[in-house]
Amino acid sequence: MIEVQNIHKSFGDNHVLRGIDANFEPGKISLIIGGSGSGKSTLLKCMVGLHAPEQGKVLYNGEDFTRMDFETRIPIRKEIGMLFQNSALFDSMTVEQNIIFPLEMFSDMSRNEKIDRANYCLERVNLAGRNKLYPAELSGGMKKRVGIARAISMSPKYLFVDEPNSGLDPETAILIDELISELTDEYQCTTVVVTHDMNSVMGIGDYILFLYKGQKWWEGSNKEIAHTDVEELNNFVFASPFMKAAKERF
Amino acid sequence: MFFTYFGQYLLLLKAVFRRPEKWNIYWKEIIHEMNEIGVGSLGLIAIISTFVGAVMTMQIAFQLVSDLIPTSVIGQINRDSSILELSPTITALVLAGKVGSSISSQIGSMRVTEQIDALEIMGINAPGYLILPKILAGITMIPVLVIMSIFLALVGGLAGGSLSGAVTPADYINGITDGFIGYTVAVALVKAFVFGFIITSVSAFKGFYVRGGALEVGQASTRGVVISCISILVADYIVTALML
Repeated sequence: MIEVQNIHKSFGDNHVLRGIDANFEPGKISLIIGGSGSGKSTLLKCMVGLHAPEQGKVLYNGEDFTRMDFETRIPIRKEIGMLFQNSALFDSMTVEQNIIFPLEMFSDMSRNEKIDRANYCLERVNLAGRNKLYPAELSGGMKKRVGIARAISMSPKYLFVDEPNSGLDPETAILIDELISELTDEYQCTTVVVTHDMNSVMGIGDYILFLYKGQKWWEGSNKEIAHTDVEELNNFVFASPFMKAAKERF
Repeated sequence: MFFTYFGQYLLLLKAVFRRPEKWNIYWKEIIHEMNEIGVGSLGLIAIISTFVGAVMTMQIAFQLVSDLIPTSVIGQINRDSSILELSPTITALVLAGKVGSSISSQIGSMRVTEQIDALEIMGINAPGYLILPKILAGITMIPVLVIMSIFLALVGGLAGGSLSGAVTPADYINGITDGFIGYTVAVALVKAFVFGFIITSVSAFKGFYVRGGALEVGQASTRGVVISCISILVADYIVTALML
């Protein structure tokens, strides 16, 4: 369980987050949605400790992550897996080395156990046998899947995903969504996804947090979103003619 | 502004020297960086040092026109100049360009592609993992390169002096062996150690805090080289003033 309490974050005069409160539950996929500049990526970075909020708390199972120093954060960070928007794979390492890297740093597994784990993770993302390729040799969708394989290598309790579908074709985007859904079930992890992809919203969003101008504007499930009368949310979700037509059918 | 950056640099160094998560992983990185910085720069430093030594010998001979001064003095001057100043400083300035720009752009690229964020999310001390091996490789390999540079500058001087007829090989060898003070090599090694630290840490600092994209990585790399070069010259003056 992750609790976000009254988070404020500014960059200079730009007050990006203005008192966000939210709860993210284990075994569920929580989506943070909002327009460009609404603060969704900043909120995610505050949650994982890449940005320090000026005010507020992020609690992991009741422990205040924002007040911890580098050393005390390590046990929680070992339980975090994250997929970045551009995958953030280490260029100088092969696919296998990328996946093994967190295990080498933090586990006492033997070499063979680590390779077995890497193979399992690669099978899990349908990339078996691609161990020796370098990130430069992979397509965008494959990089995302390797990023997911690296994120799950330590069997995370918390999975954070930043724009998983950006730059992907619709078919691959759906595959990535399905994978995130399957992994959330498998590890019963608290999954938080930042997205503006409406297929993800309607498909995998157990809990949706809509940010508007740095504030929590709406929260609910993907079933409730179709019937909301919040104008800003409707303008965002049903912006395209296709989505408008889909809403009318509901 | 200067103090803000200097404070940020000191805080980064504090993070760099935090206890490593696993020494064997760091050890592999140190060996890799020693190979990159040391072996990767051998050819360039060898060529530069040999030619600088040869040219120095001819220029000293050109300036020593008095019949009262024995030609073996050419060897002596070349030896002391190479050991005390030319080899450490020119090697460091060249490496600030070659190694420093490589370090800034490598770390800067990792920053803008979120690879450093990925390390931090995993709970890895990113400054330690990325910068400590480079600093340790720099402070060990740059003194080795300087020693090699001194040797090749003296060999270059012998070749240059003999080929131009400025000094006979016998006089030159007599000059470089006569009145040799071992302490000058210690001064050169201290300079090399300090320069190695400056080149690696300053370049890494500029790369680590880069924001933006490819353009900013290039700018950070250039700034890293400029600041390293100026810092090397200032440190050269300070070490010389303290040790001689």
